[in-house]
Amino acid sequence: MIPAEPVLEVEDLAVRFTRRGEQPTRAVDGVSFSVAPGETVGLVGESGCGKSVTSLAVMGLLPRRGVEVSGSVRFQGQELVGAPDSQLRRLRGADMAMVFQDPLSSLNPTVPIGTQVTEVLLEHRDMSKKEAVDEAAALLDKVGIPDPRRRLKEYPHQLSGGMRQRALIAMALACSPRLLIADEPTTALDVTIQAQILELLRELVVDTGTALVMITHDLGVVAGLCDRVHVMYAGKIIETADRHDLFARPRQPYTGGLLASVPRLDGGRGAPLTPIRGSARDTIPWAEGCAFAPRCDNAQDDCLTEVAGSTVSLEPDGPGRELRCRHPIQYPPSTGGATASGVLR
Amino acid sequence: MLRFIVRRLLQLIPILLGLSVLLFAWLRALPGGPAQAALGERATPEDIARYNELFGLDEPIYVQYLRFLGRAVQLDFGTSARTGRAVTTEFLERMPGTVELTIFAMIFAIGVGIPLGYLAARKHGSWLDSTSVIGSLLGVAIPVFFLAYLLRLVFAVELGWLPGSGRQDVRMDATRITNFYVLDGLLTREWDAAWDAVLHLVLPAIALGTIPLAIIVRITRASVLDVVNEDYVRTANAKGLATATVRRRHIIRNALLPVSTTIGLQAGLLLSGAVLTETVFAFGGVGSAIYEAIFSRDFAVLQGFILLLAVVYVLINLLVDISYGLLDPRVRAR
Amino acid sequence: MTAFGDVRRRRIDELAARAGAVPEGEGGVSLTRSAFRRLRRNPVAIIGAVIVLVFLLVAAFAPLLAPRDPLAQTLLSQIRPGSIPGAQEGFPLGVDNLGRDLLSRLIMGSRQSLMIGVVSTVLGVVVGMALGVLAGGLGGWVDTVVMRFVDIVLSIPSLLMAISISVLLGQNQYALMIAIAVTQVPIFARLLRGSMLAQRNSDYALAATALGVKKGRIIFGHVLPNSLSPVIVQGTLSLATAIIEAAALSFLGLGDPDLARPEWGAMLANAQAFLSIRPELAVYPALCIIVVALGFTLLGESLREALDPKFRR
Repeated sequence: MIPAEPVLEVEDLAVRFTRRGEQPTRAVDGVSFSVAPGETVGLVGESGCGKSVTSLAVMGLLPRRGVEVSGSVRFQGQELVGAPDSQLRRLRGADMAMVFQDPLSSLNPTVPIGTQVTEVLLEHRDMSKKEAVDEAAALLDKVGIPDPRRRLKEYPHQLSGGMRQRALIAMALACSPRLLIADEPTTALDVTIQAQILELLRELVVDTGTALVMITHDLGVVAGLCDRVHVMYAGKIIETADRHDLFARPRQPYTGGLLASVPRLDGGRGAPLTPIRGSARDTIPWAEGCAFAPRCDNAQDDCLTEVAGSTVSLEPDGPGRELRCRHPIQYPPSTGGATASGVLR
Repeated sequence: MLRFIVRRLLQLIPILLGLSVLLFAWLRALPGGPAQAALGERATPEDIARYNELFGLDEPIYVQYLRFLGRAVQLDFGTSARTGRAVTTEFLERMPGTVELTIFAMIFAIGVGIPLGYLAARKHGSWLDSTSVIGSLLGVAIPVFFLAYLLRLVFAVELGWLPGSGRQDVRMDATRITNFYVLDGLLTREWDAAWDAVLHLVLPAIALGTIPLAIIVRITRASVLDVVNEDYVRTANAKGLATATVRRRHIIRNALLPVSTTIGLQAGLLLSGAVLTETVFAFGGVGSAIYEAIFSRDFAVLQGFILLLAVVYVLINLLVDISYGLLDPRVRAR
Repeated sequence: MTAFGDVRRRRIDELAARAGAVPEGEGGVSLTRSAFRRLRRNPVAIIGAVIVLVFLLVAAFAPLLAPRDPLAQTLLSQIRPGSIPGAQEGFPLGVDNLGRDLLSRLIMGSRQSLMIGVVSTVLGVVVGMALGVLAGGLGGWVDTVVMRFVDIVLSIPSLLMAISISVLLGQNQYALMIAIAVTQVPIFARLLRGSMLAQRNSDYALAATALGVKKGRIIFGHVLPNSLSPVIVQGTLSLATAIIEAAALSFLGLGDPDLARPEWGAMLANAQAFLSIRPELAVYPALCIIVVALGFTLLGESLREALDPKFRR
């Protein structure tokens, strides 16, 4: 099989926030990944790890002032970092689209749903108003909103949470984009609705071959949807693996900790849940050592730059895997992944 | 929507009743009481006694109140001690001038305030932004009457660019229909009369409109800065909409919601300010009348005018609520 | 399993601390203290505070600072119709139409003007808060009655309300203060009630109720203290309005007629007649009013920013 040409290639992306009178902060640092058509890639991490900033940087939605973006974002071969606003606007909504976390605040409260769907169509496609309304109704129908004609005239506050997220997805899909970025699309929703929305996104990828970037802190979402997963911590990717490998044999202690802090059916009742120590605030700058070291059980003295003489870098770690860690979780070569959980602790 | 309006109208009844009690009590509590109020300061004790008997002021207080209320409902607030004319007649004669003045002041405040506030937010941190922030703080701190005097001194007295008193040049001899001088000029096609009335409005309207202007600039600026950071603006940008569409449909539309409430809240300020501004420009509206009434202790006029102005104020607030319902679909739903 | 050397651990803790990461929350800093911290870092707040402080000091030490007796009539020989002497040796700002030293009058006038502002605002805050606590704390019919009353008072534009009260109470400084206070009462009552209602329905108040804490304790121990910040902000802003409103009442002839107490509002109102002869007579007291009002406004606005979580970006 010839690997398809990637839709999106991100290389060495870095985002620095430089606010007047404040120390500049590196929200995203040296992030590289790519997404092929029909593929779903997960960016996973705790809040504040830089995953949302990465997605906004890809879309070119970060404010210009006080933000420095460097590195490269190539979308269908076009370089987007430093591209003029007009070029970005032509692509956004048409070829690349985004679904946001909180559907209520992401919809304009004073404009009817219908207008908010048709405006994308009118902007990017050569359509009359009437055609756009018909198309909008078809889109709402496609994402599973019953009675779409009536819903078009309603305002966001008149819709339920799940319905709003469906409407947002409909807007994102309006022009059949090649790339869809979903930033925590299910976090604000009830569990049952979450499953429906994820199912909707999966069908979409299968049906249209859209490349999907899934941003989440929820490992359940990753397990259900993603082909490949990048785990982020403090602005950097610390582990990359296929979904199965990641769940079976996490190597970075942070990934292992994330998995161990989620209840598992096969863990048996009464099996202890082990949360990761401390909080995301307890990090050190990457330049000084591994940012996770203060919370890490495997940490050794050489996790610090001043001891090892070099910073911790992202290295290949077997087929299709990458790892940023000096003391990863080890697995006995003979045993399979399922029993490896014992080694985690 | 209709039910909303009816409900708000019904809520006015207790407020209006309360107002009437308050102002009835006020006149009773004045030194000399209503007789003095009606007869003026030079009334002799005999006059007052005669008046009290004549108007049933020796009757129980609730009977007096009901009688007052009965007359108030028919818009009868007695006669002015100074001119001897009915208070209501005087009010109706003078109100159009004040209405004209407040409308012009609001046009000035909104017409300058919203674009300025919007530009300040767009150029956040620029010199235009800082200037408008400082200006809007100063605008609120200046006593209205001082600003009025200053404007009059500079532009009317010293430079002579604009008229500095009255509503129209007395030599105009314009035809009166509605007592709205600008409107009268337009209706009778006496263009020069209409234009002269407009010129007479410029300085008072600027003086009166300055505080609302300052407030509108600040609210517009803050509101635009808020809205720009809203998630739905990010959504609109993520949809690749043209910048103009994002601004018009998603930023300005939402940013104007709090501004429109603020504009409504300026009504009280304008009516208060009109008393001061009209006095400085000898404008001859309701505001000047109140000053004259204070000066000549014409209590019947004061009572009637304050009550009628309060009613006007309450009705303006009602209109503001209704228009807010039209603007924001979320309010309508409630 | 912790193979981390103690020295290294300490080093990491040190680094973590330097990265601005304190292990527990905001380190137990109270809201008031963190608000104060933000206030101190805000240049606008500093400017406002300095202005207010300077004027308060001038008012406090006015008799020592005033170079002359503010009531003594001097230079009378130079005063003619159409001419009032300007600045000269010994009279840095000149004299008014009665030959009284303008600078001394301004300095002494700060006492009366600030006094009127402070007393009327405190009066308005106290009465308004009492009504607000009654309405917001007890709820039910008390709330309905109090709020209806407040609505009625609010339905009269503030200056008209102040005029009515002044006319009723006669012309003296107390009438002036009460008149201004009355216009402020409904604002504070509404404000406190609104913020108390929001606090009463908040999760922590419900939690306290669920734990069986007595109603009075919840209201006075938790709800009221947490509802105060909008009142503090509005109170500071009201000081500015009160001083301006006092000037307006003076202008309408409803001010304090006692000539022995110079007051900026009255000075400004008086000076209007001589505006084309000596505009300074009006400009200086007006400047005093504007600067003081600006000071209170700046302070109030930055207090709002410091206390309101919404502004903390």
